Amino acid sequence: MIDNFLLLVQNPSFALDVVLNGLLVGAIFALAAYGMSLVWGVLNIVNIVQGELVMLGGFIAFMAVSHGVPPLAALPLASAAMFCVGWLLYRLVIFRVVDKDLFISILATFGLSILIQQLTNTAFGSDVRSIDTGLGSFYMLDGAVTLAWIKLAAFALALVAGAALWLFLRHARLGQAIRATAQNARAAHILGIDTDRVYVVTYGINAALCGAAGSLAVMAWTIHPYIGLPYTVRSFMIVVVAGLGNVGGVVAAGLGLGAVENVAGFVLGAEYQIAFVFALMVLILVWRNIAAARRRSYLS
Amino acid sequence: MNYKLLARATLLAAAAACAMMTQAHAADADTIRLGAAVSLTGKYSSNGVYTRNGYDLAAKLINEKGGVEVGGKSYKLEIVYYDDESTPARGAQLAERLIQQDGVKYLLGPYSSGLTEAMAPVTEKYGVPMVEANGAAVSLFRKGYKYLFAVLSTTDQYLQPAVQLAAGRADDPTKLKIAMAFENDPFSQDVREGVTADAKRFGMKIVVDDKLPPELNDMSATLTKVKLLKPDLLIVSGHEKGASTAIRQLADQRVNVPLLAMTHCDSAQIAEKLGKAAEYTLCAAQWAPSLTYSDDLFGKAGDYAALYEKTYGEPAPYQAAESSAAVQVFAAAFARAGSLDPKAVRDALSKTDIKTSYGPIKFDETGKNVVKPMVLFQVQDGKYVVVWPEKWAEAKLRAPTPSWDKR
Amino acid sequence: MIDKLIARFERIPQWALIAGLGVVAVSAPFIVPSLATQLAFLWLMVVLAQTWDVLGGQMGYNSFGNVIFFGIGCYASAVVQRDSGLPYFDALALGLLVAGAVSLLSALVFGAALLGIRGHYFAIATLGLGIAAGEIAAGWSYVGAGSGMAMPLYPGALGQREIFFYFLMFAIAAACFMTLRALYATRFGLALNAIRDDEDKAEAMGLRTTQIKTMAWAISAFFLGLAGAVAGNMLGFIDPRDVAFSGATFGVWMVLMAILGGKGTLWGPVIGAAIFHLTKELFWTYLLGWQRVALGLLIVVIVLFFPQGIMGWLAARKAGARA
Repeated sequence: MIDNFLLLVQNPSFALDVVLNGLLVGAIFALAAYGMSLVWGVLNIVNIVQGELVMLGGFIAFMAVSHGVPPLAALPLASAAMFCVGWLLYRLVIFRVVDKDLFISILATFGLSILIQQLTNTAFGSDVRSIDTGLGSFYMLDGAVTLAWIKLAAFALALVAGAALWLFLRHARLGQAIRATAQNARAAHILGIDTDRVYVVTYGINAALCGAAGSLAVMAWTIHPYIGLPYTVRSFMIVVVAGLGNVGGVVAAGLGLGAVENVAGFVLGAEYQIAFVFALMVLILVWRNIAAARRRSYLS
Repeated sequence: MNYKLLARATLLAAAAACAMMTQAHAADADTIRLGAAVSLTGKYSSNGVYTRNGYDLAAKLINEKGGVEVGGKSYKLEIVYYDDESTPARGAQLAERLIQQDGVKYLLGPYSSGLTEAMAPVTEKYGVPMVEANGAAVSLFRKGYKYLFAVLSTTDQYLQPAVQLAAGRADDPTKLKIAMAFENDPFSQDVREGVTADAKRFGMKIVVDDKLPPELNDMSATLTKVKLLKPDLLIVSGHEKGASTAIRQLADQRVNVPLLAMTHCDSAQIAEKLGKAAEYTLCAAQWAPSLTYSDDLFGKAGDYAALYEKTYGEPAPYQAAESSAAVQVFAAAFARAGSLDPKAVRDALSKTDIKTSYGPIKFDETGKNVVKPMVLFQVQDGKYVVVWPEKWAEAKLRAPTPSWDKR
Repeated sequence: MIDKLIARFERIPQWALIAGLGVVAVSAPFIVPSLATQLAFLWLMVVLAQTWDVLGGQMGYNSFGNVIFFGIGCYASAVVQRDSGLPYFDALALGLLVAGAVSLLSALVFGAALLGIRGHYFAIATLGLGIAAGEIAAGWSYVGAGSGMAMPLYPGALGQREIFFYFLMFAIAAACFMTLRALYATRFGLALNAIRDDEDKAEAMGLRTTQIKTMAWAISAFFLGLAGAVAGNMLGFIDPRDVAFSGATFGVWMVLMAILGGKGTLWGPVIGAAIFHLTKELFWTYLLGWQRVALGLLIVVIVLFFPQGIMGWLAARKAGARA
């Protein structure tokens, strides 16, 4: 462990590689986390099925590419297809949990996630899928730092999507309706906003973002039907750290998580990388609680 | 507490219990029923299906050729399946259920070492012979099980050839550096044990030794370490996901290693799916269609592969070939035992010494097959070509792997 | 006719029902010895659902990570049985004791850290805790790392083992049930409900909520630890992620069973566990390859249409009939 740490300190260019690769990974997490933040804020649902939406997006992109669609065109395609999936999911199940207890939504979406995993497995098999974009890698510092172009593209896309989302929520008519519903659904409804439509569109946008994240994941790494949970949990962590309705915070938290995770994997050894992520999440929640308690005592 | 309510609910539960008790089973007098819990869902479901296909193919062919002669009477084989969902807890329960409720007296193994590990204590306890084809962990054969037989080579042998190959090519093996990335599951950790033992024997230095969690689909931290420490041999084992991910990211991060060896590359179809990036990779395999093994049932190894492809519409993975062999071992043992008593069948199994299209099979006293070697493929021009052992080599090893800017 | 049957059935007093259940439970493994292991798992399910309900139902703290105590129990007992050098049954007894104690102590520690967190943040924090625990166990070679641990073989005669573990599990389930039944009748039970209904008010009324919450978690952890130790021995093999800290199976089943039966009631989790276990077994038998799809659907249907559980549904029907 200490050896690994020293290795990083002695080889700053490789340390840069670890951090940069982590940042790029974080961009894909951030993309999925935008959606979770949106759904949580507007529908008041903790969407455990998030990771499965990412996975489905990846599978759609994979199917498209294996039918001859060029990889970069598969991404918007998967995104659009996932918007429809999201729409459908909302109309079938999600609308029933919107005004229910948060815990009910957690369990219902958990049930959905098992269902989707299993149906995907039945339909496509549990094989590991991956798309080779043929874009190659970008390298510098004598090859010490190598970044796959697809990951750089993912990074750029995550930033663009974040900016677009921010602009949409701020300036578009529908975006404003979404924000109004998030602030006070009843008041929005009274003022003539069709909240049901807002909900379905919000959930659709969430699924579309997941679809984009999934297509990038299948191009940068691999996917299989059971890959969802880590994406769900990371999205959740990012949203908890960033706070609801904070697009900039989501980007920062997502990138930070990616980098921290990769460094931890290097220093602690890969066997503790996932344990580290989850333990970190617990610590963040504990810390958040202590901080909140302190704030309360200031007030009194 | 309103107990009237409670009474109603109890009635409901009782009704459900009655439904459960009505599971009936009946066996025809002239069939032999083999039980199997395989992974039809969950993370091992692809390999679970290969396993089932292999069992089915052998049973079908044996039945078509008149079944098994036991004590002058001919029996057909029938296989009872359950889905273990790739979880050991379920596997252990299902073994129990097959034996106790379905009255099965002989078991075929599940897919993966972990599940075999979970089921073996159960079969042992009931004295039910289990012939398995997909649980290779050495630890299985250190427990003194008397009713467990495995047709495949054990895990410690999977990647030892790669270590030996590297040692053989070096002027001074003690100068060699090895990097290892193994998934954190019973199978891969067992492979690791074999590799570590061999590396120690040659005095090689292990510079990276990472255990990858099964949920992890990003190896970039490990690979940066590899890039930094420049090992002469990189060994990866993590089922299909580990193989695909490693090839993918080695190419993306342009990590140069003179020799790369892994498991499960053929079932992960790295050559088909990852193209050029997969070239030069060494793959450990239990079996290959190009080998010269043969038997009366399937013919040559190549004939088996052709029949499998015709039946299931996909190339034959070694997981299926070894599963078929397990059924053949059972059939041969029934015939030799001349009786269907589990004890007699066990004794006949322990004396197995047969040739199959999957390879020769002969068990030592711990129940593992000691006469069939592993083979090493290398991906050459998009094909899996046997390069080791030399006896069956189809082509010469291409090594060392050129660096990425020259590929 | 059915109504008459139900009406007659409803006249049986509760003590008679408990006694009757006890007689059935004690005689079951002798009547259907081939089902002994499955019935033992039924009692395991009962323990899981009941212990979850202490926090989730009675106290209103939805934990997704209770499986951690089950896992700690599995491993604590396995380590004792491996290293103590005692004969089988002595080691098992010591293992059970240690499993219960370690689970209880860890609940005190985790409780102090986590029980201040409220609502869904608590649910997710516990989920993270459960998964992290599984990953740590999978990386730690003292407990076999990713290869898991095999339990020592039962030394007795064939067929005895199932009966032995059946009664052990039944004893734990019964002890757990009676303890909770007694507990819910005391002020402590009322305090739990007070925390569920309004924690701030409960605190304002002078209840030491942190202590009560931690105590409740420790009690449920104690029984979970015991159940884990026995379950590990029953299965014979502990895998860190798929057996001990299996959030996707035991971890979520316990929540579902409690909800299905009716959370916040004494009998709800018991009935939920029974029905869930039976349904699951039937799925596994008759829906080869589709059982997880069916399970996922079942979860969705349960939480969407029976969020109050069977007990709640029956109560509502009854109220409706009367009105």
